[in-house]
Amino acid sequence: MEKILTKNIETENSHRISVYMESGGYEAWRKVVREMSPEEVVETVKDSGLRGRGGAGFPAGVKWSFVPKVDKPKYLVCNADESEPGTFKDRLLLENDPHMMLEGIAIASYAIKANTAFVYIRGEFANQAVLLNEAIQEMKEKGYLGKNILSSGYDLEILVTRGAGAYICGEETALLTSLEGKRGYPKIKPPFPAVEGYLHSPTIVNNVETLCCVPHIINNGPDWFKSIGTEKSSGPKLYCLSGHVRNPGVYELPMGVPLRELIFEHAGGILHNRKLKAVIPGGSSTPVLKESEIDINMDFDSVAAAGSMLGSAGIIVMDENTDMVDACYNLSKFYAHETCGQCTPCREGVPWMKTILGRITNGRGRGRDIDLLLDICKSIEKRTICPFGDAAVAPVKSYIEKFREEFDYYIEYKKSLISQNAKSLDAVN
Amino acid sequence: MPDTFSTEAKAELKKLMDSYPDRMSAVMNALHLTQREFGYISYEALEALSKEMDLPVQQLEDTASFYTMYFKEPVGENVIWVCHTLPCALRGSANVFEYLKDKLEIDAGETTNDNRFTLMKAECLASCGSAPMMQVNDDYFEDLTEEKIDKILGKFY
Repeated sequence: MEKILTKNIETENSHRISVYMESGGYEAWRKVVREMSPEEVVETVKDSGLRGRGGAGFPAGVKWSFVPKVDKPKYLVCNADESEPGTFKDRLLLENDPHMMLEGIAIASYAIKANTAFVYIRGEFANQAVLLNEAIQEMKEKGYLGKNILSSGYDLEILVTRGAGAYICGEETALLTSLEGKRGYPKIKPPFPAVEGYLHSPTIVNNVETLCCVPHIINNGPDWFKSIGTEKSSGPKLYCLSGHVRNPGVYELPMGVPLRELIFEHAGGILHNRKLKAVIPGGSSTPVLKESEIDINMDFDSVAAAGSMLGSAGIIVMDENTDMVDACYNLSKFYAHETCGQCTPCREGVPWMKTILGRITNGRGRGRDIDLLLDICKSIEKRTICPFGDAAVAPVKSYIEKFREEFDYYIEYKKSLISQNAKSLDAVN
Repeated sequence: MPDTFSTEAKAELKKLMDSYPDRMSAVMNALHLTQREFGYISYEALEALSKEMDLPVQQLEDTASFYTMYFKEPVGENVIWVCHTLPCALRGSANVFEYLKDKLEIDAGETTNDNRFTLMKAECLASCGSAPMMQVNDDYFEDLTEEKIDKILGKFY
């Protein structure tokens, strides 16, 4: 497939507006602002079948159409709080092609009639935030932002807000609370942000990669976009390959590419010629797949049919020497650190799961620990305000279900079935 | 440590507040700016910010205390964050951390005697394709080896 989202990333100074415009950049924005009505833009994106790349896969154009016709300001927010373990695609776009994202933001803002847009960028991306502000300045100098853009009567400002190291702020309602200058606590939906979001006004939150698709849809049409990928998951996709593969990295391919092909052809197969053991297909919050389950296509519906999720397409590959109990413990530490503390089941349950997994991997597991873990999972699942609870439960439940023998062995023999020396992930090997 | 904002920082704060639809929305960026000015988010720093932004200090503290990147205590001149979440762990982040720990003779959360480095363990930094990695101040250092780490740290002496 011809590269679409990553076509410029190897070009020198690809973050500069002049380079972006040489390859057709801002043609879509000029066309939208001069020739199209907001409704036409929404319809075009709806027709393209573009689904949100942040993880949920909700159709972007449909989301935009939920913005009510009320006399309130509307806001567009670009979610650049990339923090799902295994995901590192948005950083690539932010660093190498910020203008593609900014053009997408401008078009989306126009479509929902927003005059202010925000980029909420994770706090650690400090250099990328600087780059982004420079890019915004370049846009202003060209007359693509500000008051009365290209004499159209349309006004738009884009502001960059940095997060400060809270995973939960990737969840859209938490993100908006944080954007309002508060603790990043999620809110119950409904009301959905499209109706009541930032400062109680209609707000659309879209992922970086989703917005980067938008200028291409305007330029080439929805049918072109639909010709890439599968019927229900259209367009190009950035797949992030990490863990035990020879060539980890971001690969741009159509939606629905076979998972096995991604791992063995694009990412070069398993490191040290070892055997593949398990794959997390869509970031750490998605249920793990065993080697025997990876003959699936990477689109929203196929991965869901296999009992997991495409999520952010953060594919974490684990070889035969991986201690799955220890891998599960590692992720439980992550979730225990990141729970926002608002809902009791999550605040109490997630760190408790970490404690139990910690003692199992230390050879002090107790006979009923696995039942206890599964019981805690049940008490968290679907009992929290936001999907974080379910996300924290997914690894524990799926690892126990699929690698039960490793958990049982740890408890019975006080050591790992896989790495007989010590804890594989924390050991100095 | 300064006990007030510099004139330049005050102007920057003013600009921030003016750019957002409401003043509270400038808080996240304002706290980063406060940390840059004061080194960490002390109560005194929050009081100074409260005065500049005309927001209750309790409100600012409520926000600041939620986020790990706003330091509540003084840190060294350079802060090293070693990512230890699964994708990095699979590629040997434990070795990176142990190497740094031995080299700097400090554990996670500690600062070297010369105040040059603070060592931290970080949750996923979105650099899984170039694991193991660490962040030093604002910069990412990827595909780490012991030789690379020596070279990187050398730049800070």
